[in-house]
Amino acid sequence: MSTITRPEADERDMVVMDLAKLRRVPWYRQPRWTRLFGMVLAAALLALATGPNASTDDIFFSVNESMTDGVRLPVCIALMVAFWAFFEFVPKAPVERAKATARANTVDMPAWQNTKKAFDKTPVKLGALAVVVVVLAVLPLFISTRWNQVLVGNVAVYVLLAIGLNVVVGWAGLLDLGFIAFFAIGAYSTAFWTGSLPTKPPVELNPFLAMPIAVVTCLIAGVLLGAPTLRLRGDYLAIVTLGFHEIVYLIANNANGFSGGSGGATNIPHPSVHLGFLDYEWELDPKPYWWLIMGMAAVVVFLFIRLEHSRVGRAWTAIREDEIAAAANGVNTVKYKLMAFAIGASTSGLAGGVYASKTGFISPESFKLMFSVLVLAYVIFGGMGSIWGVMVGTALLAWLPEYLKDWVDENDRITYLGALLVIMMIYRPQGLIPSRRRKRELTLAKEGIGDADAMTEPAGGRIA
Amino acid sequence: MSTTSMTKETTPQTTDAVVTARGLTLRFGGLVCLNDVDLTLNRGEILAVIGPNGAGKTSLFNSLTGVYVPQEGRITLSADGGEQNLLGRKPHVVNRLGVARTFQNIRLFGALTALENVKIAAETRQKSGPVGIMLGMPWARRNERASDRRSHELLDFVGMADKLNELAASLSYGDQRRLEIARALATDPQVLLLDEPAAGTNPTEKLELAELIKHINRELGISVLLIEHDMRLVMSVADRVTVLNFGKVIASGTPAEVQHNPAVVEAYLGASDEEAVPGEEDK
Repeated sequence: MSTITRPEADERDMVVMDLAKLRRVPWYRQPRWTRLFGMVLAAALLALATGPNASTDDIFFSVNESMTDGVRLPVCIALMVAFWAFFEFVPKAPVERAKATARANTVDMPAWQNTKKAFDKTPVKLGALAVVVVVLAVLPLFISTRWNQVLVGNVAVYVLLAIGLNVVVGWAGLLDLGFIAFFAIGAYSTAFWTGSLPTKPPVELNPFLAMPIAVVTCLIAGVLLGAPTLRLRGDYLAIVTLGFHEIVYLIANNANGFSGGSGGATNIPHPSVHLGFLDYEWELDPKPYWWLIMGMAAVVVFLFIRLEHSRVGRAWTAIREDEIAAAANGVNTVKYKLMAFAIGASTSGLAGGVYASKTGFISPESFKLMFSVLVLAYVIFGGMGSIWGVMVGTALLAWLPEYLKDWVDENDRITYLGALLVIMMIYRPQGLIPSRRRKRELTLAKEGIGDADAMTEPAGGRIA
Repeated sequence: MSTTSMTKETTPQTTDAVVTARGLTLRFGGLVCLNDVDLTLNRGEILAVIGPNGAGKTSLFNSLTGVYVPQEGRITLSADGGEQNLLGRKPHVVNRLGVARTFQNIRLFGALTALENVKIAAETRQKSGPVGIMLGMPWARRNERASDRRSHELLDFVGMADKLNELAASLSYGDQRRLEIARALATDPQVLLLDEPAAGTNPTEKLELAELIKHINRELGISVLLIEHDMRLVMSVADRVTVLNFGKVIASGTPAEVQHNPAVVEAYLGASDEEAVPGEEDK
């Protein structure tokens, strides 16, 4: 704890240190050395990732080659250990002293209140936001078509998805492993209402009109899945959502007559606007889609931020922190959990609708379980519960594998993602830009009060 | 009716009973936690429930608030002119009917500020839904302001006006207890159930707490059901005392009567070695 910055601080620190000695934690269990262990593991992973590809003849081929061909493993370990040593042993005294002085000046304020003090001034915030939005808006004009495709197809769609999943996982604390199922439902309903599935709709609609229907469909699907299962929690709920995903995936794959089976749906039309004075059609060019999704994301983020700081957001936090206390104070926990599920699902549905009409082609392969796991990883990487963190984290992680395409073997790309996640969880479990509430929960958990991990719940799974 | 409530002890059809439990039996497998427990909380009184550890006091609270569902018996709440069944209702429904509670092991939302903790409870009766909030509708804003004002008032009432923005988990133990009471009051209860509110607090805080409980009872007109081990506190605030042992009510009456009841002395001396005779310790 770093709250003591008054004159007698030195004495107290001495006492604390003596106490620490008395406790006698074995050296290998101190955080510093566990981190070293983690880094060595990460080094092995890195060696494996940069090594030759696996061979189907000998499953240990890749491991053998990567670990034994000359300098690869030593170099990786040296790199990681150097990285570790830099952060552990480079003197932090000047920085810490500066921080301490800063704290001493505002000793009565909790630490979390003054860390972001300068940034919290609304004009500064809005100015920074405006700059970021403008940069993002002109970004597609300066990059190649290939990167534009990545920007729209990989980054933008997943950012939208992650914003939705953040409501479920980050705010309400419900572990949802089947989030992509709603993405699929959104995409398939858009395909259905634009007449691209084998089953024809009563009227064929413009994708812009089909998308709201897709959103509502997902909302209903979210409530339908949620209603019977939200009495479960933690791991149990995760398994149920996993099952739900498999059901949706298998229906998409096998119901040839309805969903087109493994071939999927083709020729989903691009959205267009015909409003007399305004006549525009989105085409193959990804740029207009980028602006379209940016607009959608902006609206969604604006609405969700309001929600976060309202009674709904507070109720979600209450449920996440202590469900029994929340219920005892009149919070209808099932209702709010359903709400989170439905809101998350409908955002996912919106993403599905845009995705379907952008690519013009969907198949069950686009909705594999892997993507659910990836989106969850993006959310955790970015910082659960922090809308900005989630957006930045998703953008980074969705961009990275594409970027690596030019540098490493294509089949190994995800390995790097995995290594990055390992390192991130060791050094910064709260995510890139953590939400304040989450950060406080983590601090409390470190001090032994409370539970930062909303996903682990007492055994039993059911609540009264 | 308030003039009579203090003297009556057990009246079969009381018009002034606010919570009535009859024949509550709660079993976990073969373990009988509550055995045919009768309890009457009269409107406007402070009733203390005491008993040795493991006597079933907290189980009784959990049964009253819907956390546990007893196998037998009935619980009724007379509020707003009508009789409401509480047995088998979900905890949040029980709360909305007018029964609020605190917990033996404090259960605050630790990463939220004191103000936010109270606001969560103050907002549970509001009707503004997610769509209204997202669109920034006037009624949603009005509700937000109302709950903010109410929470400020309540924190002021429990004497924590200067600690609005402190994290609940970083408050002192006594403050956490008071914050929990403020949070419970924010739901506008008719009945407040306090589960060992003085546990872990120092003597000064205990005195303040006794004052606070009396204030809640007299000024806000809330009936209080209190579980407490601290006999001095019980004797100073309670109008009546009910004694539980092994899940059974063994005595009920005014503090003085209970103190000299042979069965109570027996329970405290004979059944458990960590408890003193009620009233003896403060002499």
